[in-house]
Amino acid sequence: MMKHYTVAFAGNPNTGKSTLFNLLTGLRQHTGNWAGKTVISAEGEFTHNNRVYKAIDLPGTYSLYSNSADEEAARDYIIFEQPDVTLVVLDATSLERNLNLALQVLEITGRAVVCINLIDEARKFGIDINLKAISKRLGVPVVAISARNKIGIDALLDQVERVATGAFTSKPLQITYNDEIEQGIAQLVPMIEGVIGSKYPARWIALRLMDGDDSLLTSLKANMDPKSTSNAKEVVGHGVTACH
Amino acid sequence: MSRTTISLSEAKQGDILRIVSIDVQGVLRRRLLDLGFVVGNEVEMLRHSPLGDPTAFRVSNTTIALRREESSLIYGELIGGEE
Repeated sequence: MMKHYTVAFAGNPNTGKSTLFNLLTGLRQHTGNWAGKTVISAEGEFTHNNRVYKAIDLPGTYSLYSNSADEEAARDYIIFEQPDVTLVVLDATSLERNLNLALQVLEITGRAVVCINLIDEARKFGIDINLKAISKRLGVPVVAISARNKIGIDALLDQVERVATGAFTSKPLQITYNDEIEQGIAQLVPMIEGVIGSKYPARWIALRLMDGDDSLLTSLKANMDPKSTSNAKEVVGHGVTACH
Repeated sequence: MSRTTISLSEAKQGDILRIVSIDVQGVLRRRLLDLGFVVGNEVEMLRHSPLGDPTAFRVSNTTIALRREESSLIYGELIGGEE
C-alpha cells in the first residue's frame, strides 16, 4: 500500500481554486470541519501516476494573517496539519495581488507548488507570464493552467508529485526584513524552538509574535496541549458539499 | 519634483495617486496591505457612493470601497487624472 499524500489547496477567492479541486476530485469529496472551527472545507481524493492524493480545499483567502475565521482555518491547517504539498492557486489576470498569499505560504513552508490559473483568460488580455523567472525567484515549481478548459493539469500534477515525494528540493524565497526586525527574529527563533521544537516554522512564528498576532498564540497553545491535539486531527463529515 | 500629497478621501473622481503612507494601524492595516494598499502602489478614485461614503477605488486591478475613516488615513501623491 503506497503512502497517501495530502495536498492543501490555498488561494484567493475567485481564482478557480474550487474549479480545479472539483475537476481533480470529481464527486469523491465531502466536507470537513477542523478543530472546532465553523469553517467548512471540502475534502476529496485524486490519483496521478498510480499515487493517491488526499485533497483539502482550504477557504479562499487574501492572506493568512488572521483577519477572519477563514484565514485562521487556512493558516492553522498549513501550520499544524502540515500537508505534503500546499498548492497555491493564483489568478493569472491579477498576479500582483495574488502573489501576496503565495509569499505568505512560502514563509511557512517550501513544500509548495504555485499554480497560475486562468492562463487562457490572461492571454486574452495580452498578459504574458514568464513562468521560469517566477519559479526561479520563488524557489518552488510554478505551472500555468486553465482548470475550466483543462489545460496544463498533467504538468501541474507532475510538479505536485515531485514536491510530495521529495524529488524536488525547494529553496523557497526568504524575505529579508530590516535590521530591527531581523534582530528580533534572531532573538526569538532560539526561544521558540526551545519551547515548541523544530516542527513548526520558527522564523514565521517569530514574525507573527512581533506583529502581536494573538490568534496564532491561541492556536499554538491549543496544539501544544496533548488533549486538544487529537481533536484537531479529527475531520467530521457533514454529508453536504461546500464549495468556496 | 514637488507633487501634491493628499489623502485618498480628498481625491476627485478619476484622480490617480501613488501611495506614500498609510496611517491605519492594527488588523485593518494588515487588511489594507493584503488588498493592495501598499506604499508605492497606484490607486484610482472611481466614484463616491450615492450618500458620499464609502468611495470606490481601483487598486491592483480590483475595485475596493473604503469608508472615509480609512481613506482619510491613506496618503498619496497625485500622478494623474482630472484637474
